[in-house]
Amino acid sequence: MASTTLSVHQKALRSNVVKKAIMAVTGLVLIGFLLMHMFGNLKIFIGQHAYNTYAGWLQSDLLYPLLPEGWFIWLFRIFLLVCLVLHIYCMIVLWGASLHGRGPRYVRTNRKEQTLSSKLMRWLGISLAALLLFHLSMFTIGWIQTGYVYDHSDPYTMFMGAFSQWWMVLIYALFVTVVCMHVRHGFWSAFTTLGANVGPGARNVLNGLAYFVAALLFVGFILPPLAVLLGMV
Amino acid sequence: MSVTYKSSPSAYFTLGDDIHDTKAPAGPVEKKWATRKFEAKLVNPANRRKLTIIIVGTGLGGAAAGATLGEAGYNVHNFCFQDTPRRAHSIAAQGGINAAKNYRNDNDSVYRLFYDTIKGGDYRARETNVYRLAEVSTQIIDQCVAQGVPFAREYGGLLDTRSFGGVQVQRTFYARGQTGQQLLIGAYQALERQVAAGTVTMHARHEMLELIIHKGRARGIVTRDLISGEIEAWYADAVVLATGGYGNVFFLSTSAMGSNVTASMRAHRKGAYFGNPCYTQIHPTCIPVTGEHQSKLTLMSESLRNDGRIWVPKDPADAEKDPRKIPEEDRDYYLERIYPSFGNLVPRDIASRQAKYMCDDGRGVGPLVTEVTQEGVEQQRRRGVYLDFAEAIGRMGKKAVETKYGNLFDMYAQITGEDPYETPMRIYPAVHYVMGGLWVDYDLMSSITGMYVLGEANFSDHGANRLGASALMQGLSDGYFVLPNTINDYLAAGPFEKIDESTPEVIDAVNDAFDRIDKLLAVDGTRTVDSFHRELGSIMWEYCGMDRTEEGLMIAIDKIRALREEFWTNVKVCGTNEDFNQTLERAGRVVDFMDLGELMCIDALHRRESCGGHFRRESQTEDGEALRHDDEFAYVAAWEFTGDGQKPVLHREPLKYEAIELKQRSYK
Amino acid sequence: MKITLKIWRQANKDAVGGMKTYQLDDVSEDMSFLEMLDVLNEHLTLANEEPVAFDYDCREGICGMCGVVINGAPHGRYNSPIPTTTCQLHMRCFKDGDVIEIEPWKTGSFPVVKDLVVDRSAFDRIIQAGGFISVNTGSAPEAHSVPAPKRQADRAFDVATCIGCGACVAACPNGSGMLFTSAKITHLANLPQGQPERRLRVKAMVAAHDENGFGGCQNVGECASVCPKLIPLESIGQLNRDLFASLLRGDGKAIAGS
Repeated sequence: MASTTLSVHQKALRSNVVKKAIMAVTGLVLIGFLLMHMFGNLKIFIGQHAYNTYAGWLQSDLLYPLLPEGWFIWLFRIFLLVCLVLHIYCMIVLWGASLHGRGPRYVRTNRKEQTLSSKLMRWLGISLAALLLFHLSMFTIGWIQTGYVYDHSDPYTMFMGAFSQWWMVLIYALFVTVVCMHVRHGFWSAFTTLGANVGPGARNVLNGLAYFVAALLFVGFILPPLAVLLGMV
Repeated sequence: MSVTYKSSPSAYFTLGDDIHDTKAPAGPVEKKWATRKFEAKLVNPANRRKLTIIIVGTGLGGAAAGATLGEAGYNVHNFCFQDTPRRAHSIAAQGGINAAKNYRNDNDSVYRLFYDTIKGGDYRARETNVYRLAEVSTQIIDQCVAQGVPFAREYGGLLDTRSFGGVQVQRTFYARGQTGQQLLIGAYQALERQVAAGTVTMHARHEMLELIIHKGRARGIVTRDLISGEIEAWYADAVVLATGGYGNVFFLSTSAMGSNVTASMRAHRKGAYFGNPCYTQIHPTCIPVTGEHQSKLTLMSESLRNDGRIWVPKDPADAEKDPRKIPEEDRDYYLERIYPSFGNLVPRDIASRQAKYMCDDGRGVGPLVTEVTQEGVEQQRRRGVYLDFAEAIGRMGKKAVETKYGNLFDMYAQITGEDPYETPMRIYPAVHYVMGGLWVDYDLMSSITGMYVLGEANFSDHGANRLGASALMQGLSDGYFVLPNTINDYLAAGPFEKIDESTPEVIDAVNDAFDRIDKLLAVDGTRTVDSFHRELGSIMWEYCGMDRTEEGLMIAIDKIRALREEFWTNVKVCGTNEDFNQTLERAGRVVDFMDLGELMCIDALHRRESCGGHFRRESQTEDGEALRHDDEFAYVAAWEFTGDGQKPVLHREPLKYEAIELKQRSYK
Repeated sequence: MKITLKIWRQANKDAVGGMKTYQLDDVSEDMSFLEMLDVLNEHLTLANEEPVAFDYDCREGICGMCGVVINGAPHGRYNSPIPTTTCQLHMRCFKDGDVIEIEPWKTGSFPVVKDLVVDRSAFDRIIQAGGFISVNTGSAPEAHSVPAPKRQADRAFDVATCIGCGACVAACPNGSGMLFTSAKITHLANLPQGQPERRLRVKAMVAAHDENGFGGCQNVGECASVCPKLIPLESIGQLNRDLFASLLRGDGKAIAGS
């Protein structure tokens, strides 16, 4: 419980609604990142040169010479990390509030509005974090190398090597599925938290958009590895 | 019309001295309230927090008074038996609230509202109180709008009004069909604001069981904490009862299930006079009883009578027929037939009584209900009449009917499972409001010094019959504007002598509460509390309902006395006092309902005239209409309790009509 | 018809509760759900068993006192064709031989008092924090001095119909009281009289909501789905917008929270 010395304003600033807003904003940033990432992945279809050049541009050239060479990627990573940490921190605090708010369990519940993704939201988030760690260990840090030798200057080869293995594609598909389910509820919920749900019409639009973005991400992310596995690239 | 009586009603009561209201100042009626406010003694703002006021009840009267007295700086303790003050049954009022704003420029005025209320009350209300009610009505609307009550508005942003209850001006402000809810929530929010400010302490789930009187003054109450069963005494400089009406004496009524008369009866037993207990309003458009399990009756707005036509089959044999297949010539549109000029829009009491007569005659519709007649014969009757919208749907189209009455039709469909767009609705009268209540003077002080009574719990403003949309007006008027300007006159002499748990009067009151509970728990008989309440209700409904006779009322009194005797030997109350025990709560309430029921019958018996909601079969015109006897009965009957098994004492307060001339009403 | 009831029995706040099974053979389809429980209690009383405690008052769907979870949904929402309170749910919504499970509102902020009765005083405390307009009796201006645009007044009315029953919290997987809180915010935010205190009100009520142990909103929508008075989900959007806008202003900085 908040201390009694806080002003009403300070309490409101520390409220669950504000924490939800932080989750919403950081979540939307991460969705934006995913869309960008997905767009970059699709360059695999253009070829090795295009793909690697794009990666190289991200890693060293972007915003150069405004920033020293290679700085942008680190600033960007720090920014994403901050978003992620805030997102997770707020999730933990809100989860605590939920456990308290929910109280004892019902013997039976019948919920008609709750979707699978909204029900599993927090578990999806936790799975996502674990899979993300796995993903970063492979392609960003190089702790795990399977089907390729880590070389950050040639991500194309790593990509091709990793996804020529069927089980890698399977794990990746699982990852993308979890991402998309999380985004499905997250997208709608983020905009709603930020006040965009102004009526039944807006509710339909936001829900529609959420499905669209989730589906787009799913297709955009799953196509390149699938193509690699099937030898189409 | 002269009547011969079989025995003297005075076998049931003794006649005491006449009483008078001593608080209303002299002078013309329109100056009295201003004069009274000026003459009342004041309490210095710095002294107010040293004065404690107990308010029982959180409906429109109680919540409004609690909020207002809290704002003034008094130390207020507010009690309700529900889990939060917002539940009080004022919340269920549908139609609206009257105010003499004259926004319609239709010749409305304070005087006209005053006149309509007196006339509507069949000349049995006190002129001074009613004039004041009309006078403050305009302030109520201002106050509620400022609180954020979402009244209906016109496109231009100004308040909409409609005409209601058979008056010829449009003075009724409303919030769709939920005016009572919105007004109560407004008062509740004002009350909670004072709770937050620390001036009001709220005690929810507490029921008042006794009044504490010390040296002739009301000084506190004894309550039972409904969760823990703890019996506690609370002390104050003044006690205010805003405990609502007692329609549940009939068991089936439109009151909330918890509405009860215990606080009033406990005060009555300690010296508060009960005013006009027999005045009951019976509302014609309620959903009929479906079976013996029924716990509650639901009202549908009277506005349905504007477009619906009421009828019964001419031939009782048609009762079970599909009403749509009964041809026009076999239908009896009895209100249109008997009252050609008013038709289906006759006043509530007439519409109700005629429905009863039709069903008594065997021409009712709906399921057969077993009942015992006044002669003690068991018979089966159908208790319902048709309210038919087929003609309205044909004339206006289904869409228009839906727009106008959609929510009421939905409510009917939800409760009965029938589609009112397809088949005619069935309606039957039900007890809806009681005009009677504890006797109060112009300051709203009862006959116990320092005890005030507000809203439906007092007898003051509606005479023998209440106009539509006036109950909300009275509750808020009493709570926001009247009591807070009169109670100061009494409290100016306080704080009064300190009392505590060692004061003999407190000890006695607490012991009385305990004894009563112990007694209830000790009987351990074989009949449930509800079965007694149901039986009491059916006695009251049969003999002290829409149509009362001397003989019937005497039978009723005997039956109630026998029922009371059986209750105390055969009731079964499970559990203990030290627990959340709803059976025990109900048992205590039924005890007081039985005592009240007897008093109502005695009052009805002694009033050998018909007026407003009180119809004595012996007193009617040649056309079968209510006949008043102003020469004999133009008074308030204020009953004094003299002890269990003792005859109550009748004190008459003569009604003086100075501003308005007495007239016999006619709707033919 | 014959009905099997499985009812949550719990002696008091601290006791351990559990489901208990009862048979009722004389249920009529015209009974309301609470009348069916009345019948059960009459039987229990005569059999010398303790009756089931449950809250009720008006029995016409307006006071907000009643409310139990029926077959997993507050007020038996999914047994009824239309949104309803428990007292207006009728037995004709059930079939002969049905098994009906009845539980109290189970949320962290509404402790069970006994059996199906809960303590909803947390709602009062949210209102105390700011769910009002500060206007002392007698100080109100003439009602027509401030016109209120009809469309907004109607919107205010739509949410002012909240009966404070608590079904929204009972249905919420997070035990959030946002729909209740936002109904009051939206009601007063849509009236000109509500404007002066609008910013402080939303801050104070949101703070009180959290302090009373309600969970955060996850935008699931169960609350609006079971609401007997159809308070729409977008009320929560109004609350959120009002809160964010108010946080940019200084209202409530000088006021210590309760």
